[in-house]
Amino acid sequence: MLASIPVRLWEHAAGWEAGLTQDTTVLEVSVWRGTALDGAYELFEVPAHENQTILDVVSWIQQYADASLTYRFACRVGMCGSCAMMVNDQPRWTCRTHVKKVLKDRRVRIGPLRNLPVIKDLAVDMDRFFDKWVAAGGAHVPSAGRGDPIPAVDPEESARVKASAGIECINCSICYAACDTVAGNPDYLGPAALQRAWTLLNDAKHDARAQILDAVSGTGGCHNCHSMGSCTVFCPNDLDPMSAIAGLKRETARGFFRRRGG
Amino acid sequence: MRPARAHPLWLAFVLHRTSGLALALFLPLHFWVLSLALTQPERLDAFLSFTEQPIVKLAEFGLVFLLAVHMFGGLRLMALEWLPWSAPQKTLAAGAVGIAVLISGTFFLQVV
Ligand code: HEM
Ligand code: SF4
Ligand code: SF4
Ligand code: FES
Repeated sequence: MLASIPVRLWEHAAGWEAGLTQDTTVLEVSVWRGTALDGAYELFEVPAHENQTILDVVSWIQQYADASLTYRFACRVGMCGSCAMMVNDQPRWTCRTHVKKVLKDRRVRIGPLRNLPVIKDLAVDMDRFFDKWVAAGGAHVPSAGRGDPIPAVDPEESARVKASAGIECINCSICYAACDTVAGNPDYLGPAALQRAWTLLNDAKHDARAQILDAVSGTGGCHNCHSMGSCTVFCPNDLDPMSAIAGLKRETARGFFRRRGG
Repeated sequence: MRPARAHPLWLAFVLHRTSGLALALFLPLHFWVLSLALTQPERLDAFLSFTEQPIVKLAEFGLVFLLAVHMFGGLRLMALEWLPWSAPQKTLAAGAVGIAVLISGTFFLQVV
């Protein structure tokens, strides 16, 4: 009796699934295999479902077709920023990208994130991305210690509004993959790191604000940006790195004239 | 791999770069032709009669168009980066500039 329950549940689930997938059948999924230097797209046939994300597709391949497929994810709900990949050659968070939205003729192509070295298959080395975050002055330095009273933060104050605009960045590197300036200049700090610098520059609780303008006005700094806006178009959290970088351009210019004048 | 780039700001960037490069190629030629007025007036006259042909007129339109595109593209960039306006303010400003260009353009065409 006890043993038959799971069997019946399984049969039920299989029948239900078959009913849903009758007309959609299989997806033809090309997945990048190998490294950036040596690799190719490999075709997999994946059962289609009514509700399915690109991350579900990749996980299905890894679990049922080829256990050696390498990819990265953690939260599955758009919080951790680890699952970004190129989907039909556009950078996307795969856990929040529905297959239906990107499917073309039952086909979809999944590759490793652009502008970062590929370790294997769909996993890229994100060290460079995080190193630039630090190089832009993006590591928080508290302006008050444990024993100090907690300073009040007025959410309506204009600098705080600017700081809050970029605070929801999840470090997914989608903007970095979308940026053609990064593609052309490997030293360019990129949209996410510069947006972080702008956030901290406007944050009263950050103690190293003076260093930020120097950090973002070097050779790889904010003035490389051409305001082409791919970062803002592709950011899955609807953030606006392009405008944050414009803010840094204004502040560095202001600092430059102030220094010459005084 | 080529991520999709067909969004307005990216196309504006490409237009700005191509028009900028085309201007950089054209302007030295332009100044050289103008300098003929001082050095060899008869060659300039010969050249000017050449420019009466419709195809050359069309090319001239292209160059004026390049300059206009690059100038407004550059002004757009400078406004975007230097004036931290809100989105509705930007739409209004762009609309106002558009209408102004339209009106002054029609006026200009009537004068010539
Ligand atoms: C009419 C007034 C002009 C304005 C307002 C203007 C404005 C600008 C601006 C703001 C940029 C920076 C674009 C960016 O960051 O991507 C730029 C780039 C450029 N301009 Fe101009 N410009 C003007 C005239 C010219 C002329 C006459 C030439 C030709 C010699 C020229 C050639 C270029 C080139 C080659 C670039 C580089 C394009 C790029 O980086 O994408 N510009 N211009
Ligand atoms: S606006 Fe600047 S940072 Fe954003 S994609 Fe364009 S060049 Fe890169
Ligand atoms: S700015 Fe947006 S796209 Fe870029 S890393 Fe942060 S969340 Fe991702
Ligand atoms: S798995 Fe965490 S953002 Fe997609």
